[in-house]
Amino acid sequence: MNAFWSFITDRYPDILKALQEHLVLSFSAVLLGTAIAVPIGILLVYNRVGWLNSIVFFVANLFQTVPSLALLAILIPLLGIGMKPAILALFLYSLMPILRNTYDGFHSVDKGVLNSARGMGYSTAQTILKIQLPLSLPYIMSGVRITTVYIISWATLASLIGAGGLGQLIVSGLGVNKPEMIFIGGIGAILLALVADGLLGLLEGWLSKHYHQNQTRDAAI
Amino acid sequence: MIVLEHVNKVYDNGFHALKDINLEFKKGEITVLIGPSGCGKSTTMKLINALNTPSSGKVLIDGQDISRLNPVELRRNIGYVIQSVGLFPHMNISKNAGVVPRLKKWDKDKTDQKVNELLDMVGLDHTIYGTRYPSELSGGQQQRVGVVRALAAEPDIILMDEPFSALDPISREQLQDELIRLQQELNKTIIFVTHDMDEAIKIADTIVLMKDGEVVQTGKPDSILRHPANDFVRDFIGSKRLQNENESAYEIPLVDEVMITNPVTAFPSRGLAEAIKMMEMKRVDSLLIVDRNRQLQGAVSIYRVLDQYGEEGKTVADVMHPVRFSVASGSTLAQAIEIMDSHQLSNLPVVDSNNRFLGLITRGSVVKHLAEVYPTIVPPELNGEGE
Repeated sequence: MNAFWSFITDRYPDILKALQEHLVLSFSAVLLGTAIAVPIGILLVYNRVGWLNSIVFFVANLFQTVPSLALLAILIPLLGIGMKPAILALFLYSLMPILRNTYDGFHSVDKGVLNSARGMGYSTAQTILKIQLPLSLPYIMSGVRITTVYIISWATLASLIGAGGLGQLIVSGLGVNKPEMIFIGGIGAILLALVADGLLGLLEGWLSKHYHQNQTRDAAI
Repeated sequence: MIVLEHVNKVYDNGFHALKDINLEFKKGEITVLIGPSGCGKSTTMKLINALNTPSSGKVLIDGQDISRLNPVELRRNIGYVIQSVGLFPHMNISKNAGVVPRLKKWDKDKTDQKVNELLDMVGLDHTIYGTRYPSELSGGQQQRVGVVRALAAEPDIILMDEPFSALDPISREQLQDELIRLQQELNKTIIFVTHDMDEAIKIADTIVLMKDGEVVQTGKPDSILRHPANDFVRDFIGSKRLQNENESAYEIPLVDEVMITNPVTAFPSRGLAEAIKMMEMKRVDSLLIVDRNRQLQGAVSIYRVLDQYGEEGKTVADVMHPVRFSVASGSTLAQAIEIMDSHQLSNLPVVDSNNRFLGLITRGSVVKHLAEVYPTIVPPELNGEGE
């Protein structure tokens, strides 16, 4: 335990740096994933060509199934090592859940609501922005939350291609046989995931309240 | 006025949904499109707000071909109410009711004022319901908001696609009444789709009956009921009417169901004393005189018998007066009552085609029949002494 505390106090700046790298890695990936996957999901909802949807979901699924270590390795010849390939790999992982949830969220909107919106003179853009997006926010947010949590845990592997982060502490700890180092890296990643999940939960709650997406509505339907 | 000219709709799969539809929807009238499911009534209605475009033919609103208009703009100027209501769950009632004025960029005060006025008008106090959410309202209340939403931007035309079909019978009835009341105040051009003939008869100024993508008959409800164009119309009215359990109460019964089958009769050869004795026994003030072949010969009243009582040799045949009115078996009670009413008769004999006496309609028998048809209307303490 002593070694543990002295490690924290001694290596305080290094831990902070790892934490910061980890945050940058994870959140860049999730933000990028959200920015790309939500619009693609919406396009797929409006896309009338059936096979295109299948292909997009197949590709997004494919990224999901490639082992993370393998994906990182594959990206080395393409993008070299460091932050960039790591963010790209994590971004590819984030696509599927957000895409799927956006798509399902849009499909969950009651057909009667959409028919009445169209019949009253909502343009397609207005229907998306004022009806479908707010109504599918709970779906999209839960997709983002899930993604964020496991992107944070997977980001520990990014240190293997020199992207740094909390994984760096774990890898180094293994190298120099310092259990407290491994421990700090692991616990740091767990705490970070929990805190991020909690914060996103609060954001989701606030958005739900803002758009009156509470349980009474779900119960009534 | 809305005019459909030679409208055809053929889907990609070759299905001919509408076949040469020519219709006119008059300004300020409720026109009901009715027919069995798949007859094209809804498809026809959706031509008007361009949710559906004709494969050939034209849709004109006040003489203007709507294919030249921007469909989104067009829809904002036409009210739209659908069966599933489709209120936006993430907006409160005031917001929901004001969506079209907001799309049309009305200023906020004008929108609020109009929405509040209309909510109050359909019986939803805006100070109570305005801030509630759709999930907190009953189905009937939600559809009231649906109607308010359609009226809010003051459109001249309102399309209603089976708006009350999903409601319970009581709410449906109330909303139909409300619609009729609103229409008297607002005088909109309303196109209303339903499959319920009772609803159509209740609210329509004009009914358009459709089948397999064609218009079968157009006319006022009364004229369609009186002069169905063909067997399909007759069946459609009939089958729908049979579905309604209360319907038998509306059917006018035949005289045969109402008449007394054992009224007091006497042969023509009876003496006057016998006649008086008979009237006393049966507690009646007149006798019908019927011969052995049950041919109706005439009637005698107690006054007439007493008048001639002194002359011993006389029979009822001598004092009876002829029966001027009778009604044939198989006539409706309405016909019988009309005859009784216009000639101030207290009773009316029913005869068969050979003029044989079958029975007698009296005021008492009519009342008794009505009491049987509407058993619940007669208070129990009066039951039994009704005659």
